[in-house]
Amino acid sequence: MKKGIKILLSLLIVLNYGCSNSDSGKNKTEEANRTEETKGGINIKGSDTVLPLSQKEAEVFGKANADSRITVTGGGSGIGFTALIDDNTDIAMASRKIKVDERLKLEQAGKAFKEVIIAHDALAVIVNPANKVSQLTREQLEGIFTGKIVNWKEVGGDDLKIVVYSRETSSGTYEFFKEHVMNKKNYASNVLSLPATGAIVESVSQTKGAIGYVGLAYLEKNIKPLKVSFDAGKNFTAPSMEAAKDHSYPIARPLYYYYLDTKETTIKPFVDFILSTEGQKIVAEVGYVPVN
Amino acid sequence: MRISALVTSITIIMIVFFLFREGVGIFKSPSVEKGYVIAVNKSNAVETLNSTQLKNIYDQEITNWKTLGGKSQEITVFRVEDITNYYSEEELGANMEYLPAKISEVLAKTPGMIAFFPSTYLVKNFKGKVLPLKNISVANFLGGTEWFPTAQPSAQFGAWPLILGTLYVSLIAILLALPLGLATAVYLAEIADKRTRNFLKPVIELLAGIPSVVYGFFGLVVIVPILKNTFHLDSGQSGLAGGILLAIMALPTIITVSEDALHNTPNAMREASLAMGASKWQTICRIVVPYSSSGITAAAILGIGRAMGETMAVLMVTGNAAVVPHSIFEPLRTIPATIAAELGEAPQGGLHYQALFTLGCILFIMTVSANLMAGYISKKKRLA
Repeated sequence: MKKGIKILLSLLIVLNYGCSNSDSGKNKTEEANRTEETKGGINIKGSDTVLPLSQKEAEVFGKANADSRITVTGGGSGIGFTALIDDNTDIAMASRKIKVDERLKLEQAGKAFKEVIIAHDALAVIVNPANKVSQLTREQLEGIFTGKIVNWKEVGGDDLKIVVYSRETSSGTYEFFKEHVMNKKNYASNVLSLPATGAIVESVSQTKGAIGYVGLAYLEKNIKPLKVSFDAGKNFTAPSMEAAKDHSYPIARPLYYYYLDTKETTIKPFVDFILSTEGQKIVAEVGYVPVN
Repeated sequence: MRISALVTSITIIMIVFFLFREGVGIFKSPSVEKGYVIAVNKSNAVETLNSTQLKNIYDQEITNWKTLGGKSQEITVFRVEDITNYYSEEELGANMEYLPAKISEVLAKTPGMIAFFPSTYLVKNFKGKVLPLKNISVANFLGGTEWFPTAQPSAQFGAWPLILGTLYVSLIAILLALPLGLATAVYLAEIADKRTRNFLKPVIELLAGIPSVVYGFFGLVVIVPILKNTFHLDSGQSGLAGGILLAIMALPTIITVSEDALHNTPNAMREASLAMGASKWQTICRIVVPYSSSGITAAAILGIGRAMGETMAVLMVTGNAAVVPHSIFEPLRTIPATIAAELGEAPQGGLHYQALFTLGCILFIMTVSANLMAGYISKKKRLA
């Protein structure tokens, strides 16, 4: 009995030790993975927005090239860049441009990199179909999302309280909307935040005074997309694939792949595939806007 | 037997230790992410800023230094990427090698400027004034009313709305579920005939087997619209919706546990009461329920525990707005929902990550004290 306890205790201590060192352990396995990957596989890491697209592209690419092994993981644009700097991934996918300090870190390490735009993503501002309002300026959107404008009558609608829906802070879309539409100001604290885009669509379709934002791919009949203007009300543009493609729709962003020059030979076939007609067809299927 | 008890207790202690070790770390760091500094022009009279002031400055709510105790002067906010508004790419150098010097220069040139940039860009003879940063205090964390964990330059960690939200939802849930669950349990144990009981019990137990995401979706599609239309609300996503949903989820636990307790009352007690001339109803109220009160308390505790810790279902129906709720019809945000929604993206070891662990500690303390309180009450009852 006593012996059993001792063995168990020592096991626990070993386990505990293992836990506290899990970081270094993880690095080791990642290192092992890496050496394996360089033999012909490609590791892709980064933005959750780009994730479904990369997965689909990798799937189709894998069917045509049986010997390729592509591993796609999410985590966020920032995580992708950190991995690229630490040499833990071959491609960093991102829903934003590389930041100044990330670029500096890569340059300090003497690593030259390439940037490729693989698709565009447009965000539509949506309201309930019963809402009279059909267009808003950027300033009005900023007012609504920062809590300065609280009633639809202030922007030409009915006397109805505005119910603002947003994504959770972990979402890249949350950050993009904040930087691009709200002039980097913080959201009002009474904004309702939902864990998924589908939940936003559902809630806006139910709630008469609701406003929210979703990717172009999520537009449905039971919600109404708004026309927006980024030049103080001179031109209003409705969100559409075409408008996003010719840059007349303002709430759009490019989706990027970043990779190091030294890895170019292994990565090139995959990137070329994405930019090919077939690859760009997949981009439209997944719900993003093709590059050309 | 002894071994398994030992292993269980060691595991529990290890989890609690880990939770608190990660959670306490937040009070040792300032609210500005490590590796960044806040600096102002040397002529500026303001000596220190707290995190709320910083947020309001960068949200352009505060636009003059006078409100902060400085001299009357417009505030110009500066982030690293704004440097291109002041200097051309050539001036910054091909590899941005002149960037640190230029930050120092622009700060010295503009008297009303406040700058937020990585501390690696701090040059040796820096011409601005770096503001000292205060650590996050326990009072600020518990009493603060704003939750903006990813705000830059200064994250806002005010857990008060989250704590209140969690308490509200659990309270509504238990107020709804306890009477209903107890009534059902009494009916099943004392009144229903064997056939009804054999049919109802498995049905109720089936409720416990439904995954919480399914409950959440049911709540979003069914309960939320019903609430909105009945009470004419702007949005049905509210504390009440979460409370109702949690009550439904806690029911099977409460019913099964208290029904077992009622069922275990010795028949001799019932027969004695009936023999004394008491009616069936009197027997239930005066004999059976008091006899099994400790079991019923246990049922209530388990119910509260389920309600407080429930994540997914609540995440989908309460609207998750981090505001102090004033009525049960307002949206609120609970601690478990916050942890579940944000932990995925919080960088390991960062400020946000630690804040979420601190929230975990608070939740742990809340559930433990609820348990202790219930235990105390039932003990007191037994003595009396």
